[in-house]
Parts: sequence; structure tokens; C-alpha cells
Amino acid sequence: MAEDRKVKLAVQNVSKTFRVRGTMGESDSLLPVLRNLSFDVYENEIVSLIGESGCGKTTLLRIVQGLIRLDAGTIRVDGNAVGVPGRDRGFVFQQSSLLPWRTARQNVEFGLELSGVPKRERGEKSRELLKLVGLAHATEQYPHELSGGMQQRVNLARAMAIDPAILLMDEPFSALDAQTREVLQRELLRIQAEANKTILFVTHDLDEAIYLSNRVIVLGAKPGRIKKIIEIPFGRNRPELPQMRGEPEFQRIRAEMWDLIRNTPASAAVAA
Amino acid sequence: MLDKTIPHAPDHVLPSADPNATAGSTVVPDTVEEIGPAPRSNATRWIRLASIFIVLIGWELAGRQVNPLFMSYPSAIATSAMRLIASGELGAALLESLKTLLVGFVVSSAFGICVGLAIGRYRTVEAATDWVINALYATPLVAIVPLVTLWFGLGFQAKLFIVFIMTLFPVLINTSAGVRNVPAQLIELGNAFAANEWQIFTKIILPSALPYMMTGLRLGIGRAIIGMVVAEFFTAITGLGALIIKYGNQYDTASMFVPIFVLMLLGIALSVTVKRMEDWIAPWKARQGD
Repeated sequence: MAEDRKVKLAVQNVSKTFRVRGTMGESDSLLPVLRNLSFDVYENEIVSLIGESGCGKTTLLRIVQGLIRLDAGTIRVDGNAVGVPGRDRGFVFQQSSLLPWRTARQNVEFGLELSGVPKRERGEKSRELLKLVGLAHATEQYPHELSGGMQQRVNLARAMAIDPAILLMDEPFSALDAQTREVLQRELLRIQAEANKTILFVTHDLDEAIYLSNRVIVLGAKPGRIKKIIEIPFGRNRPELPQMRGEPEFQRIRAEMWDLIRNTPASAAVAA
Repeated sequence: MLDKTIPHAPDHVLPSADPNATAGSTVVPDTVEEIGPAPRSNATRWIRLASIFIVLIGWELAGRQVNPLFMSYPSAIATSAMRLIASGELGAALLESLKTLLVGFVVSSAFGICVGLAIGRYRTVEAATDWVINALYATPLVAIVPLVTLWFGLGFQAKLFIVFIMTLFPVLINTSAGVRNVPAQLIELGNAFAANEWQIFTKIILPSALPYMMTGLRLGIGRAIIGMVVAEFFTAITGLGALIIKYGNQYDTASMFVPIFVLMLLGIALSVTVKRMEDWIAPWKARQGD
């Protein structure tokens, strides 16, 4: 990959250990979750983090957002080291986390309000974004009037409204039904192409990772570490996922990832 | 787009919209079952009206047989009511009572909401205050009326204090419960978007706790009325409570019933008002409940 591309997010030697409180008189134990992770995300790129559950992929995403403090290492966004949450990063939650007393438009304006953006400007921006995510007709509807897929569209628009350097997406389509998920995956590619967004995407769905990404980072578990960074050789104009699945190259990459994830470390092999 | 619900899709088709379904030529089979909320039937309304009518008639007939010292009956109460309204006595008493009730309720609610917010949000405040709140909430507050008299005498202040203390706890406890029940993911949304503490309070906690606060106010208004009457019995002998005492002492039972009915109507009216406000302020809650 060309070295002259702009690095939007740099994850450098990040480690994290949780202290698990002992129950019933046991002493506390230490649970290493991430060990010495380093990677870059370039401008306009979609990078997916994938790995079995417990590999710390969501923890890593939350560390990047600043919701969890890291023990060691550095997170840089546009070259600046960050440690606390900031509106230079936009977070798209797994559960839509929309404020139920706000309409779709008002939810999108949430981050802008926090920054003190004037009302008129907020309105223009939110309408524009809701149009981009395909909800121009539903700006004044409340979350409970929206389907799960529509809620996730608002969730995405809300994160985009603050114009972050990078979007962090935490398994945003995992709670949706299969058809809606495919529609939204396709929509995300369209939106990303239109709005030139840089995205770090956490998923446990191999097909989703391949379909959406320029690169996929495969994590190993206990503690979480990078097993391999896989370049996805498909261009930006991708056919629909069912069609992609038929491609030999797609199947080869999928098989490779599956092996990487299933391939358990030596410690587990001894236990077995 | 597969995930979109079709906007304005009709849930049901009105019979008039169907050209074949003119009167007399309906082809809907008997097996078609109704779904959706049941319409409030006329039968229910008639049964209720009949019930009210029968009870009033029964009371009138039975009441006339009893010594008027012990029991009155509707027509006598109505006559007394006309007399009390005409003389202005009822209006003056009602005004006097309402003054205490509203001032005490508003001040107490404002105070209870502020303290409740702090208790719900900050563990230290909760740990420092929850024992005293639980203890006072468990105490029948009528028991402290003599103490209040010692502190504030028999005037307006004593009445105000009793209404205040009666209203306080339901408002306070419900508000703090509302704050504690703000979904964690909404607080996390605020954190992720780098909202400061004030923004988290005003944009997430307050609106989320609002329905709980309104429930607290609804419970509080009922207790405020109890506090008001108790205060009017034992401290300042004024207002509707004083009317009850006065006509009780005069053995004028029919007149005694008049302020009792006014209190009943007052309780209903205020609860309905708060309930309406609840639906108006937090409509998403009511609609979710459907």
C-alpha cells in the first residue's frame, strides 16, 4: 500500500489488561485483553477488525474512542495523541442508542448541539445527512416509529454529523435481520464513497468484513493481538454480496480468515 | 430498501372506502375477527351511569330514614352546598386552602426534584442522605404535626410546612429513581460524544427521568391534599378543613359533606391535570406503552 497516503488513525503498541475482581474470597486476577497492537488506518479506507469473541475487538474500538483508558501505547487521530473521548471521532453504536424523546433530525443534531453549532446550521446539516442515509422522508419521526434498520441509519448520520476524522463502528448491523443487513452494508459502501469517510469497523461476520473493507485485521484471542492484516483485492465498485460470494478470490480470503481465527494458539492445544 | 416500513399504509380499510361494501350487501364472513384496541362500548357507559343513579337514589332513600345527625343524603347536601356557595363561605375556604396547597406543592416539588436529581446521580450524596430519607418516608408524617406547631405556631407557615413535607418524599424518591434508571447506553452516548457533565444532565438525564418525575408529582399532589386537610384540622383552623370541623361541631352533617365533596373533586381534578401534563411532556413514554 502506498506510503504517501495520509494516516488518519495510528494505533501504536496498545496494551490493555483488566483486573477481574475475585469472588468469594478469591484474590483478584489479571486478564490481559490486548497485547502490543499497532496498525494504521489511511484516509478514505474501511478497515475491519475481526476475530473470535473475547479477542478484544470491541475493547480496542472503545479505547480508540476514549471510553476505556489504555495501559500502554498511543492512539493518534490526524497525528494528535488522544486519550479521552472527542468529537474528532464519531462512534456508531451496536444498539442504536437514539434518544427516544428526540426526532430523527434532533438525534442527528445531538453532537452539533454539544459543540454549540447554531440552530439553522444544525438543521441544514442534519437534513443533508438524513438525505444521504436515505431517510429524507423520516426526519421528524421518533425512534419508536422507525424500524431497526432506519434507527441504525440515524445512528450513522449522528456520528457523521460532527464531521469526525474517523468513524468507529461497533458491529452496527449485527442486530438486524439478514436482508436489512445486506441493504445497509451496500448503503454504507455508497455513503462512504459519497462522503469520503475513513472507517474502523468491528464485526464478527467474515463476509461483512470482506465485503466492506479495504483491509481486514484478524485478531487472535487471549490476549488480543494482530494475527494478520489482509488486503482485500476488490476495487471500490463492488457487486452485491451474494454475487461476491461466488468469486474464487472471495472464497480464498474467507477460507484464510477462517483458518486464522480457528487456528488456536499452542496453549489451547495443550489443554486439548 | 427493504428495511423501510411503507409510510401511510392503511392498517384497515374503512367500509365506505370499498365500493362493494354498501349497506346491506356486506360480504364480510362471520369468521373475521376484530383486532386492535377495543372501542369503548356504549354499554360500559350506560352501566356506569345507571350505577351512579342507583347509588344516589339508594342513599337518598336510606339517608332519610337515619337520624340527620349521623348521616345526610344527597338532596340535603345539595341544599347546603347552595347555601354555602351563596354566602361565599365555601369560595373563601376553597381559596384559602388552594393557596396553601399550591404554594406548598410547587416549592416542595422544586426542592424535591433538585435533591432527587443529586441523589440519583451522585453516589456520595445518596450514601449521605438515603437513611434519613428512608426513615422520614416511613414515618407517618401526621405524627410530627404537634412538633410543627411548636416550631411554626398555628399560622400559615405551619400549614405550608406540613404540605411541603408531605409532598417532598414521593417527588424526591421518584426523581432519584428516574435518574438511576437512565439507560446506561444513553449515558455512554453522552460520554462518547464528549458531552460535559452539564450537557449530560440537561440533554440526557433530565429528559429521560421526566416521566418518573411526573409520577412523583402525581403521587405528591395526593399527599399534599392530605397534608393540607390535616394542617387545617390541627393548626390554622382555616379553609376547607376548618369548614368540616365547624359544621361537625354544629352537628350540621349535611353541610359537613359539602367541603368533603369539594376535596374529592379537587383531588380528581389535580391528578387528572398532572396526568395530562405527563402525556404532554413525555409523549414517547405513553406511545411506547401502547
